[in-house]
Amino acid sequence: MNLVTPQTGQEGQKVKQVLVEQGIEADRQLYIGIVIDRALSTPVIMASEAGGMDIEKTAEKTPEKIIKTAVDPAAGFSGFHARKIAFGLNLSRDLIKQISGITAGLYKIFVEKNCSLIEINPLVITKTRILLALDAKINFDDDALFRHPDIKELFDADEQEPMELEAAKQNLNYIKLDGDVGCMVNGAGLAMATMDIIKIAGAEPANFLDVGGGASADQVENAFRILLSDRNVKVVLVNIFGGILRCDRVANGIVQAAEKTGLKLPMIVRLEGTNVEQARKILHQSGLSFEVAATFDDAAQKVAKCASAYKI
Amino acid sequence: MSILADRDTRVVFQGITGSEGSFHARQCMEYGTNVVAGVTPGKGELKFDNKVPVFNRVIDAKEQEGANASCIFVPPVFAADAILEAVEAELDLVVCITEGIPVFDMVKVKKVLSGKKTILIGPNCPGLISPGKCKIGIMPGRIHKEGSVGLISRSGTLTYEAVHQMSGLDIGQSTCIGIGGDQIVGSYFADILKLFEKDARTEAVVIIGEIGGTAEEDAAAYIKENFNKPVIGFIAGQTAPPGRRMGHAGAIISGNRGTAAEKIAAWEAAGIHVQRNPAKIGETVASVLKKTGLKT
Repeated sequence: MNLVTPQTGQEGQKVKQVLVEQGIEADRQLYIGIVIDRALSTPVIMASEAGGMDIEKTAEKTPEKIIKTAVDPAAGFSGFHARKIAFGLNLSRDLIKQISGITAGLYKIFVEKNCSLIEINPLVITKTRILLALDAKINFDDDALFRHPDIKELFDADEQEPMELEAAKQNLNYIKLDGDVGCMVNGAGLAMATMDIIKIAGAEPANFLDVGGGASADQVENAFRILLSDRNVKVVLVNIFGGILRCDRVANGIVQAAEKTGLKLPMIVRLEGTNVEQARKILHQSGLSFEVAATFDDAAQKVAKCASAYKI
Repeated sequence: MSILADRDTRVVFQGITGSEGSFHARQCMEYGTNVVAGVTPGKGELKFDNKVPVFNRVIDAKEQEGANASCIFVPPVFAADAILEAVEAELDLVVCITEGIPVFDMVKVKKVLSGKKTILIGPNCPGLISPGKCKIGIMPGRIHKEGSVGLISRSGTLTYEAVHQMSGLDIGQSTCIGIGGDQIVGSYFADILKLFEKDARTEAVVIIGEIGGTAEEDAAAYIKENFNKPVIGFIAGQTAPPGRRMGHAGAIISGNRGTAAEKIAAWEAAGIHVQRNPAKIGETVASVLKKTGLKT
């Protein structure tokens, strides 16, 4: 069975485990969570009386129903934060102590475990006047996992797109998309801009793939293999602006990968920057069939031409 | 003229003996940057390449060699500490190249920075360059050309692409700054725009944004009220699917917030010349300069 929620994307995610709990009769459903607010550069505690399935809609359509309170990292969590949440949620006096304890506990976990998100949704008020977490979610800061081996152990490879997992193992940043133009780019910004220009030229990107700044020939080969394992890919575009990444390394990787994978698809290569002349020489002498694009714009035009030729 | 760094800037490299640090320190020196010192705790008294003195502490580099700017190439685990040390030494400028610093470390750094004189660029950024004068970063120096267009970007290689297009059309740059793609960075668009507004030599500014966060919207608000020079803009990620993380921690769209469409609308409302095609950034700068009668 596939579960589709606002977090899973349209295709949903396969359910592999089910947790069965006793039913609870709830009077009200609340929401409480903590994230880092970029604009304030501090953690912010958020809560709402309108908890439950549609919290995203509430946040978008009626943002005034979300109570927020920022926590200064130097002073840390304080009693008034809890009161701001408790009274903001219009809780009766018998629940104030409970919500204070929950809020303080959430903040403690958030800081100690380097979370990027922690939320309880819904937090229900039961008929017997107890605040109970019916569902919760914690996201962790990937960059801080080195401090938390216990959290790292919880990683479940079953919940990941297999190609994306393979890419992550090779230190590549890969996201599968629905189009047919496979692209390999260095740098996230340029990779997104490359996706944008493919679309402007009338074609559809098959993926986002950032080979990073220090890629070796082997890593470029791995990137190629991952990119080509997507059967939807009909045209390949390589767009590299070499700063730290040297173009000759990329060229060697392309040649290696094309030979090992027996590449038959049309390929457009646009290289610019460090050691570009050597790179062009390597590609030229390889005997591979590919088109060289002189500029970014030229690359997009050539891709669109290839893609439309394929469709006919 | 230029902003933040010029011929007189005296740079200390924190992490100068590491493999990345030493490579890029040499590249910067070759470009003409005044690298006056290095810092590697425990390796003080060494001379880097037989000429640049290495110290154990940033304060020594300031007091003995007059360093007023730092470039940080320290692994993510120690990077926040390195920034804090440079701030405590009251350097004017700190450029942190390091990628992968825990977000909460940056929360603390931001808190310490507030009210201090030090300007932090980055982390997770290519650094900055005032072409022909000073390079504090990892960008390829030779694609740049001295001139009068400023550039601020959240991206790395996309910035090189934009610079390459401009230089190819004979449009030079006053200073190019990569502010970094992380969720929390030292300086945002508006912070740098304030400096460009005051720089008489900078005649126009190119800003390159990305999906995610609200830095672009804040820039729009600032430009609408306070910025009087022409601004040309591009936002990467117009075709990115919502909810997916595209490399940078920054490039994530949640719900309907932080989308390219939203950011482009905000920029256009602020009078920014937005180009949707990343291959035409240079051309757009050229046509805006021509229209407004500015020389390059």
